[in-house]
Amino acid sequence: MMLYSIGKDSAVMLHLAKKAFFPGPLPFPLLHVDTTWKFSDMYALRDRVAADPAVQLIVYKNPEAERLGINPFDHGPAHTDMWKTEGLKQALDKYRFDAAFGGARRDEEKSRAKERIFSFRDRNHRWDPKRQRPELWSLYNVRKNKGESVRVFPLSNWTELDVWQYILREKIEIVPLYFAGERPVVERDGLILLVDDDRIPLNGEQPQMRRVRFRTLGCYPLTGAVESAACTVEEIVAEMLVTTTSERQGRAIDRDAGTASMEKKKQEGYF
Amino acid sequence: MNRPATDISEWLKAQDSKELLRFITCGSVDDGKSTLIGRLLYDTKQIFDDQLSALEADSRKHGTQGEGIDFALLVDGLSAEREQGITIDVAYRFFASEKRKFIVADTPGHEQYTRNMVTGASTADLAVLLVDARKGVLTQTRRHSYLAQLLGIRHFILAVTKMDLVDFDQSAFDAIAADYRVFAGQIGIKDWTAIPVSGLGGDNIGEQSSRMGWYAGPTLLEQLDSVPIDATSDAAKPFRLPVQWVNRPDQSFRGFAGQIAAGSVKPGDEVRVLPSGRQTRVARIVTRDGDLHEAIAGQSITLTLNEEVDCSRGDVIAAATQAPEAADQFEATIVWMDEHEMLPGRGYWLKLGTQLVTATVQHPKYEINVNTLERLAAKTLELNSIGIAEVATDREIVFEPYVVDGGSPNRALGGFILIDKLTNATVAAGMLHFALRRSLNIHRQHLDVSRETHATLKGQKPAVLWFTGLSGSGKSTIANLVEKKLVARGRHTFLLDGDNIRHGLNRDLGFTEADRIENMRRVGEVARLMADAGLIVLTAFISPFRAEREMVRKMLPEGEFIEVFVDTPLADAEKRDPKGLYAKARAGEIKNFTGIDSPYEPPENAEIVIDTMTLTAEAAADRIVEELSKRGRL
Repeated sequence: MMLYSIGKDSAVMLHLAKKAFFPGPLPFPLLHVDTTWKFSDMYALRDRVAADPAVQLIVYKNPEAERLGINPFDHGPAHTDMWKTEGLKQALDKYRFDAAFGGARRDEEKSRAKERIFSFRDRNHRWDPKRQRPELWSLYNVRKNKGESVRVFPLSNWTELDVWQYILREKIEIVPLYFAGERPVVERDGLILLVDDDRIPLNGEQPQMRRVRFRTLGCYPLTGAVESAACTVEEIVAEMLVTTTSERQGRAIDRDAGTASMEKKKQEGYF
Repeated sequence: MNRPATDISEWLKAQDSKELLRFITCGSVDDGKSTLIGRLLYDTKQIFDDQLSALEADSRKHGTQGEGIDFALLVDGLSAEREQGITIDVAYRFFASEKRKFIVADTPGHEQYTRNMVTGASTADLAVLLVDARKGVLTQTRRHSYLAQLLGIRHFILAVTKMDLVDFDQSAFDAIAADYRVFAGQIGIKDWTAIPVSGLGGDNIGEQSSRMGWYAGPTLLEQLDSVPIDATSDAAKPFRLPVQWVNRPDQSFRGFAGQIAAGSVKPGDEVRVLPSGRQTRVARIVTRDGDLHEAIAGQSITLTLNEEVDCSRGDVIAAATQAPEAADQFEATIVWMDEHEMLPGRGYWLKLGTQLVTATVQHPKYEINVNTLERLAAKTLELNSIGIAEVATDREIVFEPYVVDGGSPNRALGGFILIDKLTNATVAAGMLHFALRRSLNIHRQHLDVSRETHATLKGQKPAVLWFTGLSGSGKSTIANLVEKKLVARGRHTFLLDGDNIRHGLNRDLGFTEADRIENMRRVGEVARLMADAGLIVLTAFISPFRAEREMVRKMLPEGEFIEVFVDTPLADAEKRDPKGLYAKARAGEIKNFTGIDSPYEPPENAEIVIDTMTLTAEAAADRIVEELSKRGRL
C-alpha cells in the first residue's frame, strides 16, 4: 500500500510508481488517512487522482475521532494523535497491510536522517532507532515476522530541491495551494492560517485577503502559509533559494514538544 | 545550493545535469567530524534561519563552544545521542556545490560500530578520513582506511582537522601526510589527498584559508568536486540488468523490470539470460513516456525481448558476449553484524542483487584484525569481526567478483547480505572474491549399482523417519516400537539414536549451538547414505533447530524425509525426566540444555505430529506405520 497524503512528495511518489509499473496498473492501493480537516483543494486533487482507473484509493477515517468530533481547535495535540497516528495504525490493522510506502525524506528533519529506506515497525507499529537493520548497497532485507510491518521511503535521499525539479521536469499536478494566490487568512501565534471553511472559529477576527502560498500541506488549521508571489514552480524554486526558513517551519505539529518532537512521534507510530 | 543565476530556468537546467557524489566521513566526534560536516552544510548555504536560531539556542544548552555556534549539534540527530554526546548510527546529509550534489554518510568512529562504517561505505565513491592535527595518524585512521578500501572505495581525502589548535603549523601537517603516505603505500591506496582544515574557522573547507598561505592544494569542497565518480565507470562496463520484476499486465506484454547495474543497452542488442544461458535480442526499452533508444547504468527500465525466453525475478540479463558466471561455491569476505555469532553450517538467506537463496558459511579460513591487519585463526565470526570464508549456496547464482583491480566495485553482483531465517535480522554483509572450482572438479564417483537397484532388491522404498522433540518426550521409545513393527513386516530398517551416535561418530562434538548443527549435519549425511542403500532409516534426536531439519530434508529426494514431531509439553517432559537430565540442567550442572537454557523450535509443517498426552507409545507407533502406508512408503 502507498500512503497518499495529497502533498507534493506523495504526488512525486505516485508518479514514480506509475512509471515503474507501466504499462501495468499500480499493483497496490493508495491509502489516505483522512482527518476531515485537510484543505478543500487537497480533497479536490485527491478525487481527481482517484478517478484514474489504474489507481485504487482507500480513504480511512478513525471512527472514534469522528464520533468524538476531534478537531484541532478544541483538542490540541490529540487531534494529530487520534486522526493521524491512531488512524494510520487502525487502517494498517484493518487492511492487514504489511508494507506501506511513505514520502518522507531524510533532509526534512534531523531524526529522519538516520531512518532506513526499509524501516521496520514492531507489532505495535513502533520504531526503534537502536534496532534498525543495516542497509548495504541497494540490498533491502524485506523479510519480517507475522504482525510486523515495514514502512518504505523511496524518496529518502531526495532533497526539497530534487522534488521541485522533478515536479517541473515531469509536469506533475500538485495542489494549487503551493502556488501564490489572494486568499482569506487570519494570523495566530505567528502562523498565517487560511480560512478554508466556516469551521474555523473567528473570535471577532476579520479575515484579510493576502497573497500567500503553502510550502507544506496538512490540516488547514495547523498549517501556516507564507507571503509569496511565486506562481510557477520556477518561481517557487527561486524563492526557496533565497528563503531562510526550512520547509517544516510552518508546521505547528513539530513544536509540540521541543526539538525532539518528531523523533518521539515516530516512536509512537506517526509516519 | 548557492544563489541562483539571473535566469532561474537556466539554473534549474544546470541542476538537472549535476552529478551525484556519495561519500563517507570517518573519524570520531573528537576529531571534529560533526563540526566539519556542519561547516560544509553552512558554507554551501544548506542551513536555514529557523534551523540556525534553533542551533544557537541548542549551542548554549548543550554546546561545547561557549557562546559560539556549535556546528556539531546540527549534525547529531537523535536526542538520545545528543545526551550521550556520541553519534550512534549512520546518518545521511545532503548538500550541493555549483558542480555536484552530495550525499554524506556520517558514520561513527567508535570501535564497536564497524558495522555502521561498512554500511556507509557500501554506497560511497569517496572516503574523508579525519585526523586530529594534534594526534596524527592513529590506529582508527588505519582501520577506517582499510574498511573503506575493503568496500571498494578508491578515492580518499585525509582531512587534517583542528589546524587552529596547532597554530596552522605546516610541519605538523607535513608530518601527518608523510606518515599516511607510508601506510597508504602498504595497503595499496593510490588516490589520496591530504588537506589541512579547521572546522570551527572554516579554513580550507569551502574557501581557501588565509591563515595557511603555505598550502596551495585544493579546498575540501574543490576536491569533492573533482574526483571521478563510480557511476561513470559503471556505465562503461558490460551490460547487466538484474531482473527485479516481470511485468505482465496482460497476455500481449511481458517486460523485465529492474535497475541497470552496469553498462548500457539498446534495442537490437544481443543479450543472454542467466543462469539459463538462453540468448536473444532486446526488442524494446519501454517507458511511460515512450520507448528509449538507449539506457545506461543507474536507470530503472523495463525491457522486452525478441523471443519468449524463460526469465524471472533473480535472473540477470547481460551482454551476450561478456556474460557473468554462475556458481554455487565461493570464497568471500564476510563482515559479521549481529550480536549472535556466525554459525558455520547453519543455513542463512543470502541476498545478492535480486537473487535470494539459502547459503551456508564454512568455518572462516582466518579473521582479520582491523587494527593491525593481521590474519588470525578463528572458529567463527562475532559482531564487527571480518573474516574470509567459503560460502555454498543451494543453487547457482549469477555473480561478479566484488573488487576488480583498478575498477569501480561490482556492488550489484558482488555484494551480498546474509539474513537469519528465524529472526529475519540482517546478520552479515559479504563480498564475493571468486567461485571455487572444487565443486566442478570433484565429480561424484559414478555408481553402477544405483540407489534404485538397492531399494528394488529389498523390495521397498527408502525413507528417513526423523523424530524430533524435547528430551524425555519419548522419541527413542516410539522409534524403537516403529522399527520393530516395520521389521515384523519384513522391512529393512536402521535406527540412529542420539545417545549412541554421540558415543561414536560424534564423540568429538559438544552441545554448543555450532556443535549441535554439525551433529545434525553428520547424522543427516549418514541417514542419506543409508537411504541410498535402500533402508528405511529412523532417527531419534532432539534436533532443536528448524534450520537443520530443513537442511536434512533438502538432502533427500522429495517425499523421503518424514518429520515426526513428538509433541510433549516441557512441564511433562521435565516431570518424566527418565535420565534425570532436567534436574541437572535446572541445577546448572548441564549447560545448553534444550528447553531450559537452549531453545527448541517446534516444526511448522511436520508430516506426522504425535501428541504424547493423548496417545500411548504403542498407539503412536501404530499411527506412524499407518501414515507410512498411506504415503505409499510401505
